[in-house]
Amino acid sequence: MTFSAGDLFLILPELLVTAAACVVFALDPVLHSSKKDGLAWLSLGTLAVCMGLTASQMSHAASAFGGLVVIDAYGCFWKLLLYFVTGLTVLLSYSYLKEERLYFGEYYGFVLLALSGMMVMVSAVDLLTIYLGTELMSLSLYVMAGLKRSEPRSLEASAKYFVLGAFSSGILLYGISLLYGATGSTRLPAIAAAVSGRSLDDPLLLFATILLAVGFSFKLAVVPFHMWTPDVYQGAPTSVTAFMAVASKAASFGAFLRVFVEGLGGLKANWSAIFLLLCIATLVLGNVVALVQTNIKRMLAYSSIAHAGYALIGVVAAGRLGGSAVSSNGIASVLLYLALYAFMTFGAFAIVAMLRKGGIEGEEIEDFTGLAKRHPLAALLMMIFMVSLAGIPPTAGFIGKFYVFMSAVEAGMAWLAVVALIFAAVSAYYYLRLVMVMYMREPGEVTATSPRLVMSPSLSIVLACAVAGVVIFGFYPNPLVNLATQAVLTLK
Amino acid sequence: MTSSFPWLTLLIFLPLAGAVAVFFVKETSVRLTALGITVADLLISLPLWWLFDASSGQMQFGELAVWITAPPIHYRLGIDGISLPLVLMTTVLMPLCVLISWQSVETRIRSFMAMLLIMEGTMLGVFVALDFVLFYVFWEAMLIPMYLLIGVWGGPNRLYAAIKFFLYTLAGSVLLLVAILVLYFQGGHTFDILQLSQGAYATSLQMWLFLAFFAAFAVKVPMFPFHTWLPDAHVEAPTAGSVILASVLLKMGTYGFLRFSLPMLPEASRAFTPLMATLSIVAIIYGAYMALAQADLKKLIAYSSVSHMGFVTLGLFTFNIQGIEGAVMQMVNHGITTGALFLCVGVIYERTHSRQIADNVGLTKPMPRYATLLVIFALSSLGLPGTNSFVGEFMVLVGTFVWSKIATALASLGIILAAVYILWMVQRVAFGVPSPHFLPKLRDVNQREMVTLVPLVVLVFWIGLFPNPMLTRMHASVEKVIARAFPSISEPITAASQLDQLTPPAKGAAPIAGEVRQP
Repeated sequence: MTFSAGDLFLILPELLVTAAACVVFALDPVLHSSKKDGLAWLSLGTLAVCMGLTASQMSHAASAFGGLVVIDAYGCFWKLLLYFVTGLTVLLSYSYLKEERLYFGEYYGFVLLALSGMMVMVSAVDLLTIYLGTELMSLSLYVMAGLKRSEPRSLEASAKYFVLGAFSSGILLYGISLLYGATGSTRLPAIAAAVSGRSLDDPLLLFATILLAVGFSFKLAVVPFHMWTPDVYQGAPTSVTAFMAVASKAASFGAFLRVFVEGLGGLKANWSAIFLLLCIATLVLGNVVALVQTNIKRMLAYSSIAHAGYALIGVVAAGRLGGSAVSSNGIASVLLYLALYAFMTFGAFAIVAMLRKGGIEGEEIEDFTGLAKRHPLAALLMMIFMVSLAGIPPTAGFIGKFYVFMSAVEAGMAWLAVVALIFAAVSAYYYLRLVMVMYMREPGEVTATSPRLVMSPSLSIVLACAVAGVVIFGFYPNPLVNLATQAVLTLK
Repeated sequence: MTSSFPWLTLLIFLPLAGAVAVFFVKETSVRLTALGITVADLLISLPLWWLFDASSGQMQFGELAVWITAPPIHYRLGIDGISLPLVLMTTVLMPLCVLISWQSVETRIRSFMAMLLIMEGTMLGVFVALDFVLFYVFWEAMLIPMYLLIGVWGGPNRLYAAIKFFLYTLAGSVLLLVAILVLYFQGGHTFDILQLSQGAYATSLQMWLFLAFFAAFAVKVPMFPFHTWLPDAHVEAPTAGSVILASVLLKMGTYGFLRFSLPMLPEASRAFTPLMATLSIVAIIYGAYMALAQADLKKLIAYSSVSHMGFVTLGLFTFNIQGIEGAVMQMVNHGITTGALFLCVGVIYERTHSRQIADNVGLTKPMPRYATLLVIFALSSLGLPGTNSFVGEFMVLVGTFVWSKIATALASLGIILAAVYILWMVQRVAFGVPSPHFLPKLRDVNQREMVTLVPLVVLVFWIGLFPNPMLTRMHASVEKVIARAFPSISEPITAASQLDQLTPPAKGAAPIAGEVRQP
């Protein structure tokens, strides 16, 4: 493999993020605990610089390290989304960790390491490199999920996440090795060339495709590979949950789409059939089980499972459409959906993170009782996030659903849109239940243990960003639509 | 068709801006601000009545702007003779809704007024939107404010009623979204309602689309058997909410049938006519019988709405000029009369805090002005000649007579039953002996309430005695719908024209040349 200094320049954002993570790890033991806030600002600064770099790379198309990694609009789209979400995570954690008395400077280091793994995932075109990125992300997240060391639930979440994550990584790796056996390469372009014209009658190819689909389904939390999600989302510190629910899902979708479109596009008829089944199962189970949750974090976990189902509609439609190539309209709708999903889900988790009951988190739905009376603005924001998650216009959630359903109808699967929309109506019940609890129930006596909201400037910024995204893109989605459409064009 | 002044945009966005403004005024002037905004909106809408060119069935006061580029979704507005009366009905009723809530709503008054104003903006948006996605956005956007109106400011059983209302209407309208998307791909990649109304679609596709439209519109009307959310929502909603629900929200369903189902899916509409007529007649009779059995005033009016809306759907599917014009008249009249009746219930509820007929008896002596108003609206509701409802119901029955004599006979039963339940209600509420327990509370209507109710009295008689101004305005637009849905009949059935003196002479009833407009 040839190596040039220019390659390093192309992956400068990844290098910067990793370097910043190392600096955080190095500084953490020597800094006085009162100065550890600086680590958060260091992380934010790095993200801002990377955002500028990646934005400037958006219109370039370049390949680095002998074709292991590419810099294209598709990868840049995901990276920009990831920087944004990571930035929100840092801001959210900044006050959340203080409230939870989790004084770990290395927390920000792990956030940055996870981010660099995600960045590799979305820009790699080599299966092993993608796998490396996945592992870097996952290992960091395992640690972050278990950060609340005094709390058994957090440790359980970490252990469960680790065991199932390792299991799924194994499956992914197995799929990669079988695909290598079938095609003789781990590079996506080479795989695409080898696969074209072949069908799944080849058992090796069949198993490889299935194992890859299962491996990614674990990462995406698609039914029936979703079992870890509710427990992990509930047990992990809320800031970490928000990060997992949004960033790790986005990065996994980024890698997943690239593998299946660029590498296995020739088998699209086969994989779209697989994902059709997974999609319907996800929509049904995610939405129905969310109905009976009493814990807000579990409810949002099932809701995030269901949203992966909506995004999969775009994937299925993309596989059915567009002659020999995979339809870019379908894929663009997935990108758009996840970008919009990021705003509303992160906003919802941010409000959950703010709610305190005595010394602990108020994470039961009951804890939101009468919130509109005591914190009208927070209740209004939560209502906007819930309405958006339910997909009711004029919010971002509606725009996201509109585009995935449009690609489904374009693919001649109006029935799938009908099924998905019926479950969207079901989902309105549990989202609105929270609105009902906040607005239509009277709060009880105010006592020391009654739930209250913690506000801080950094939280205000998080909420302002999230709600601005939900509202602005709900009214005027054009910029994001154009960005997603352009990004998908670079996907071969 | 683009006009120089953006009347309609102003009409929609003034109340929406007002909904924000009420949070920035002094607590004491919130009500006045809301009233000012709704009155201003009314004043903006009034010139439309005179500026409207009645001889044309075209969309007027059009506005066009690109909203979303891919797929092409436009901010496209316009009104014709069908939407004009509905727009005016909405703008007339909204100040009255603010007035009736002046004292009855005490908690979170800012949010309440904001919800009313958002409702006004979105409801007007539904009536003037000419892009299908824009229409859908307005159609859905009103669910949340209505849900909150019922759920936060409603009666004791409000939580159940609110979520039931929400889920029923949402479940219906999600199918509408899929139908809109299917039409987009089948109708030449456009969401333009006028262009989609010119398209020719395969019959089997029309059937499916009709069912999807039906799911959305029939729930909203509500047609039997999708009406069960209505009594709950009406009873639990605060007075202003009930008025909005009964007067405007229900009309959106029938407006949908008239604007979308009939012109876009003519073959399916004809095929489904027997079913639609049957459901309408069942609604007319069933609603009336249910109204007879109610002890709660609001519930009685709610079921009478089911019955009256049955006349509207019946008229729409007769496919002749009398039937459809009668249906539009009935939509407006029901809005005025039923809205007024709900206002009356609100007035008495403020005094006795009971909606039971048994608690509110013998009001003539202590409240003579109130009793007079109640009797006027009650007589209008049962369709007394000289009042507004007579015009609409009569025209619907004439239109139905042409189509089927048996259907007309059955539907007329609804009018007789209406007389029974309304007069029986009036007999108990207006006459009889008031209970001494409630007597001290029975103050007669004050000035604010007079201002709320008298405009509607004027409208009841004005439309009842001079329906022509409204009929001439809707005539060309309705003919256009009929020409599209029934291309074979270029002349409205002559026998009916002779029967019906109310309809202005058909002027050149030949199908209006298809006007495919390109933006």
